[in-house]
Amino acid sequence: MTQPLLAVDRLSKSYGAIRAVHDVSFAVAPGEIVGVIGPNGSGKTTLFNCILGQTVPSAGAVRFRGTPLTGAAPLAVSRRGIGRTFQSLQVFGSLTVRDNLIAAAQEFQGSMAARLLAPSDAGLGARADAMIERFRLGRVARHPAGSLSYGQQKLVDIAMAFMPDPALVLLDEPAAGINPSLVEELRALLEGLNRERGATFVVIEHNMDFVMRLAQRVLVLAEGRLLAEGAPETVRAHPEVMEAYLGA
Amino acid sequence: MSLGLTRAQWLAVLAVLVALALLPLGLKRFGIYMLSLWCVFVVAGHGLNLTMGYAGQISLGHAAFFGIGAYASALLVQAGWSFWLALPAAGAICVAAGLVVGFPALRVQHHYLAFATLGFNVLAWLFFRNEEWLTGGNFGVRNITRPALFGRSLDGDLAFFYACLALMAAASYATAWLLATPWGRAFAALRDNPIRAESLGIDIRAYTLAAFALGALYAGVAGAFFAPLVGYIDPSPFHLTHSLAFMMAIIVGGAGRFFGPFLGIAVLILLPEWLRGISGGALTRIAQEWYLVGFGVLVMAMVVWCPGGLLGLAGRLRRRA
Amino acid sequence: MADLVQLLVSGCATGAVYALAAMGFVLLWQTSGTINFAQGEFVMLPAFAMLAGLALGLPLPLAFLASLVVAALVLGAAFKRVVVDPLVRAGVLPLVVATLGLSLAAKHAVRVGFSAEAQPFPQIFPEGVWNVLGVRVSAADVGTLLVAGALLAALHLFITRTLFGRSMQACAQNPDAARVLGIDVAGMILATFVINALLAACAALLVTPVWFARFDMGEAIGLKAFFAAIIGGFNQMRGALLGGILLGVLENLAAAYLSAQYKDGVALALFVLVILFRPEGLLGRAEERKV
Repeated sequence: MTQPLLAVDRLSKSYGAIRAVHDVSFAVAPGEIVGVIGPNGSGKTTLFNCILGQTVPSAGAVRFRGTPLTGAAPLAVSRRGIGRTFQSLQVFGSLTVRDNLIAAAQEFQGSMAARLLAPSDAGLGARADAMIERFRLGRVARHPAGSLSYGQQKLVDIAMAFMPDPALVLLDEPAAGINPSLVEELRALLEGLNRERGATFVVIEHNMDFVMRLAQRVLVLAEGRLLAEGAPETVRAHPEVMEAYLGA
Repeated sequence: MSLGLTRAQWLAVLAVLVALALLPLGLKRFGIYMLSLWCVFVVAGHGLNLTMGYAGQISLGHAAFFGIGAYASALLVQAGWSFWLALPAAGAICVAAGLVVGFPALRVQHHYLAFATLGFNVLAWLFFRNEEWLTGGNFGVRNITRPALFGRSLDGDLAFFYACLALMAAASYATAWLLATPWGRAFAALRDNPIRAESLGIDIRAYTLAAFALGALYAGVAGAFFAPLVGYIDPSPFHLTHSLAFMMAIIVGGAGRFFGPFLGIAVLILLPEWLRGISGGALTRIAQEWYLVGFGVLVMAMVVWCPGGLLGLAGRLRRRA
Repeated sequence: MADLVQLLVSGCATGAVYALAAMGFVLLWQTSGTINFAQGEFVMLPAFAMLAGLALGLPLPLAFLASLVVAALVLGAAFKRVVVDPLVRAGVLPLVVATLGLSLAAKHAVRVGFSAEAQPFPQIFPEGVWNVLGVRVSAADVGTLLVAGALLAALHLFITRTLFGRSMQACAQNPDAARVLGIDVAGMILATFVINALLAACAALLVTPVWFARFDMGEAIGLKAFFAAIIGGFNQMRGALLGGILLGVLENLAAAYLSAQYKDGVALALFVLVILFRPEGLLGRAEERKV
């Protein structure tokens, strides 16, 4: 295997006596789609937060392209080329959809001072328009993002994460709360991004059907530990996974 | 809301400017003075609107920056500087002060920045009052002369009004231009959702500081004009209460709206003077006395029922009609 | 030396009053996320309510009781219902602005409706100076310190020892868990607003004889309460106490030994030191970054 894009090594995070994440290790190769599943409270979001600098892990290491990322602040993480979405909706409500997309990428080029003199769209208008087309947001491109329906905002949110062409994107429950037809569309979009651009992503998801069809490899977390790892079919057949999920 | 101004808004700005340029022809001395004051305060208001309305950072020290600009320009001019050199110097000092205030507070949650600016205002005011060797203390700085431009004296009230109007036009243009750059978008991102902004590579600390420094710059430049306009400064207009009044004026006008400061500052300073100007009548007397009470209640009502300020209210009524 | 002790005692007395106001401030923040910029006016208004009572011929104790009732109703319940409830979900900024508006309106309503001049207020402690082992301390300072101390101790006992107080704490720490436990969260929040108003009224009783009743007396006390809370630790009641006392004492010392004119700058200096070296406050707990 070539050098992994992301390598998580024995990562742990405790809050007092509670071990939210315990001794989790995994790697993500370039171009891969990795799913993360597990019951509520199994530590999925905490794991993301540790990787993305929202919380400082208690132990363990994170490496990105071979260099340490452990404990880096969110800004540094994003500047290194890791995009993300949050479990809750996170768009810039007062900005238009197009401006949301430009905002998502404008800081990755030039200096802050140069941006003061840059054209309004920061030279990103064409890329934003392409993304709008890809995500079929053309009809609402000039509307404030806050005025869109939940599902559409979710699409904007995800499109924003991909705007700066990040090397890796961590998606926290992209399919939650949107209607089934949109879920299918979203899966096609993500697969398209993966196929055409080689976009690599890690997806936390509760919608089993969605994640099993999307991911090439699935990690199962339970009570903060990595319970199983493998191709979707293998994981699905894993007895302990069934147990963890069905709570038998 | 789009960044920058629409064509209709540009036309409105132009119309306002033309109207203002013609208005003083029918006004007496006091009216011209009040309009000049309004222009100067609108410039400061644009600054606070950038910091608070567009970038979403509470600043409670705006009057202090205004005061630093006023004292800096007045003292430098008295020391023999040209006003046109003292003006950028006053602005630069305010930017530096804004950065000094903002820097420590950024180490912690960003609403601490509001507390830091508030404390800074208290300290600046104490400094103005106590350091008599520099600021003249409670006696203030007297006989501040008005500058000349291209050999023409701006000493006359009308001439200086046009200088203030030109300043306001320039500041308004600069604001509109700034909002249309990627910075305007970054400010909105910072205001709407700082956590998301950070995850998209937006350096929220740098932009927060920039928002404060810009606000301070506008206030400083406005203060630099304020000193020669009134001709005499003492610590009182730079007290914390005036910072709070500034902030409330922006809220009443409509925070994060380009025309908000124009309207908010008018409600804050022109309306009470106008009321005072209407002669006699028990009713006008009551209205004058209770003006600040009404203003406070209006601010509360605005926040509770109409977060868009008076401009937002107007928009809402228009849509309903 | 004797001077120093005297300064310390009077500093503690002032500080205890700051602490009363700061305590209410912290309580509101903890249970409802409210930053009350009208906190100073919450002290000023009961002072004038008492003056109104006195003017009606009530003796001071009765006037004080009446002001407690009015404070609980108006500054506690009505304030919460009318100003805080509609805004609490909108985040910190709108509440800051609304309470600033309230502060402005209250101040000037008193100025216009009552008087712009400072109003004398009856002394509640005997005038005079005691001589204890060669150290002169004023009876008013000692009395203020004792009353404020007793109030703070009572509040502490109430919150840590009674079921009601512990329920309040539970709401402050984790409202969802408290709700699951069957605690009436809304009622508890209302209770903290009422307690805040009562504390402010008590602070008014202690401070007005010294400072006189003036429409803008709240500016200074509100500001000090505010900084005391941050210095001590915004999420800790003990922090407000420590912050208040520390501020009162240091202000007195600074006024005596450094510069009387910069006395009001002490709060800011302490604040800057605290955020530079211990951002969570002297007794505060660091909060995790939240998503």
